[in-house]
Amino acid sequence: MNLSLEPITLEPPRLVLEKPLLEAHKLNIYYGKLHVVADVSLELYRAEVLGVVGESGSGKSTLLRLLNLQEDVDSGDYHLAIEGYKANNLFALDRFAKREVQTRHIGIVYQSPHLGLRMHASSSGNVAERLIIAGERRYSALREAAKSSLAASEFPLERMDDLPRKLSGGMQQRVQLAKAIALKPELLLLDEPTTGLDVSVQALVLDTLKRLQRELGIAMIIVSHDLGVIRTLADRIMVMRHGQVVELGLADQVLEDPQHPYTQQLVHAKL
Amino acid sequence: MTLLKLENFSKSFYIHHLNRSIPAFDALSVSIEAGSFVLVSGPNGVGKSTLLRCLFRSYKPTSGKAIYDSAYGPIDLANAADIDMVKLRREEIGFVTQFLRARPRVSAVELVAEVLLGSLEYSAAIKKAELALEAFGLKEELWQAYPSTFSGGEQQKVNLARALLAPRRLLLLDEPTASLDKHARGTLVHRLSELKDQGVTMIGVFHHPEDVEELIDSTLLLSPLSQEEERSLAHALG
Amino acid sequence: MPLKSLSHPYQGYSYAFLDEAAKRELRRTILKSIAIPGYQVPYASREVPFARGWGTGGLQATLAIIGPKDSLKVIDQGDDDSVNAANLRRFITSMTGVSTTTDTQKASLIQSRHRIPEEILDTYQTLVLQVPMPEPLRSVEKSRAVAQQMHADADYGLMWLKLYEQMVRYSQITLGTGYPSLVHGRYVMDPSPIPRWDVPKLHQARHLTILSAGREKRLYAVPPFTEVRPLEFDDIPYRVEDQKDWHCGKTGLKSKFMNELPKDDGSSSYEISDSGYVEKYLRQKEGESIRFAKPYYDDDGKFYRDDVFRELKDD
Repeated sequence: MNLSLEPITLEPPRLVLEKPLLEAHKLNIYYGKLHVVADVSLELYRAEVLGVVGESGSGKSTLLRLLNLQEDVDSGDYHLAIEGYKANNLFALDRFAKREVQTRHIGIVYQSPHLGLRMHASSSGNVAERLIIAGERRYSALREAAKSSLAASEFPLERMDDLPRKLSGGMQQRVQLAKAIALKPELLLLDEPTTGLDVSVQALVLDTLKRLQRELGIAMIIVSHDLGVIRTLADRIMVMRHGQVVELGLADQVLEDPQHPYTQQLVHAKL
Repeated sequence: MTLLKLENFSKSFYIHHLNRSIPAFDALSVSIEAGSFVLVSGPNGVGKSTLLRCLFRSYKPTSGKAIYDSAYGPIDLANAADIDMVKLRREEIGFVTQFLRARPRVSAVELVAEVLLGSLEYSAAIKKAELALEAFGLKEELWQAYPSTFSGGEQQKVNLARALLAPRRLLLLDEPTASLDKHARGTLVHRLSELKDQGVTMIGVFHHPEDVEELIDSTLLLSPLSQEEERSLAHALG
Repeated sequence: MPLKSLSHPYQGYSYAFLDEAAKRELRRTILKSIAIPGYQVPYASREVPFARGWGTGGLQATLAIIGPKDSLKVIDQGDDDSVNAANLRRFITSMTGVSTTTDTQKASLIQSRHRIPEEILDTYQTLVLQVPMPEPLRSVEKSRAVAQQMHADADYGLMWLKLYEQMVRYSQITLGTGYPSLVHGRYVMDPSPIPRWDVPKLHQARHLTILSAGREKRLYAVPPFTEVRPLEFDDIPYRVEDQKDWHCGKTGLKSKFMNELPKDDGSSSYEISDSGYVEKYLRQKEGESIRFAKPYYDDDGKFYRDDVFRELKDD
């Protein structure tokens, strides 16, 4: 019996030769003395879905805001392999460039539609705004683009000009989704996208997400405390606690053979 | 030609809240020929399924190597980057269980066709999926229904159709015949032998190995660790 | 020579009411606003003997730049005789002694509320518009700080969204007055509540326009020969008020901006809003020899420049 073997450590990719779409290296954020995001590094490949789990306050939503360039880091680099910005640490860009990256290359869906939608503009207007920002000045083109985005997120088109506040929670999330994918971003960030929806609606939204990921090849990072949601969508799972990544691995491995004590606790509590 | 070579391949589970390690199998070394059908056998609880899961990396191997000869060259499944495993799972290595992970609001035929959508048009994938479901004897009126409402046997048929549809070089079979009716079992064995003829390597755990008797080329016998071995291993692993 | 002969005779107030420091500050503000067309420059709006909201912004700009040789015209909604215009005119003349006129062409300085005269203004003329609310983004962004950031970023997506929403809801742009316009390709401004009819008059105008808001303490300008483009979708061209079939009851003219006067029987009569223009026209009709500048819109309603209104090709 051989007991002196080296424990497993993963090697860098050898079969997948393309560069990751997203590379974030040692991200740190402090709120005062609180280390909200601590040395988080991650990579994400095109068309890949990464699930981020952890209890409230573990820093997962903050991480998402960082990746959406909504917040400044205290230290760390962030690269996206997108046209024009390949060599840039995105955190170091000026406000204009950040906005450009944000609008054209990143989509985000929040748990609360109030964060992601303008409640006083029509649903189609919410989607069209993205194209407006990108410079589209033809009304007919805005209409068409809004329509096709809403259709892609399976929103009932006869309601496309309704105000979001008149819509159900599930439909509001679809409008957010349509808005997020309007410019065909490479990266889609989802912050608890189905929390608060009832189960059947949740299933429908998850299904739409899965289809979009497959058809558009969008890479996604989905933050959720619901392991079921994560299991349905994610290829890989990252477990966060106190701002740190405690475990990162293939989705089924993290859920079925968790290594870290916290993950074991989390998985056993949920399943 | 060797497709998969295990060198001191080991797995144990460490349960933190018990503060102890549970060994599964230890220092397994074996070579598996391309195109062969290997039966993994041994008494209950010896870690047969665990071995398959470690090869698929649903479980994280503890130590050792599993050198797999992929279409892109040899790679150690125990140490391969997650993204490489995703690629291998998508293209080369399949895992067949008796359990279906149904998704709400996805019909049986769509669930099966999904594995082909990377390489086929939607309608062509659906066509193939229907043929597969038909072969496994799932009633046609269920094709468009949601499998989450199916009986265990029906779910299993959907699952097998799905798992055995996309072309794979290595299939890991985790008791696929359990609780299948006779017809479906026949279809499964037939399908497995077809795949074997195509050169697919298979490593399987079977409740009733006699079902696949004609297919088996070799047997990998896992023997339980002696109590002393287990103790010293647990000790060594902390 | 006695010292007394070198100084002004005693006055109870400075020339043009404002003290010299206040005028200097305003002139600097005006110069800055000309240097950055469409940009809202803040200034320390002084107390004047008018209530805020009654043209104090326009008044201060006028007082800062007026000189003894100026000829002043003050109008309110196109009308020289309204109470507000008359009060302002009386105050300005009593503080400066300048001559006044109702003839657009003879005025070197025109202070106006909500209208631009119908005759084309020239390089020797300055138009001061009274502005109630200078911030075009206010309807879409409540926070002034955020709005300023949006101006800095030229981030006018919300403005366009507002137009989009109007198209969705009413199938047309329903903004009446104060149509948001892009100045010199950079800043969106609120051209004060002038009707849509008047907005094109600012584009590549030969005169200087100063827009000043006393209550909001902001001043901005459209220098001569500056691009002013109302925001419009490529496929929804900008349109002015449709008054094609309206005839002025006093002059019989059409294709000038009209006031609608409701009659007892429910119908309406119309008269040209620019009272100075009406007055000149009527005097000419009585045989007086009157000089008119070319109007912005000719009698067929055709605008004097052809680079403003677009026709969509039918396809």
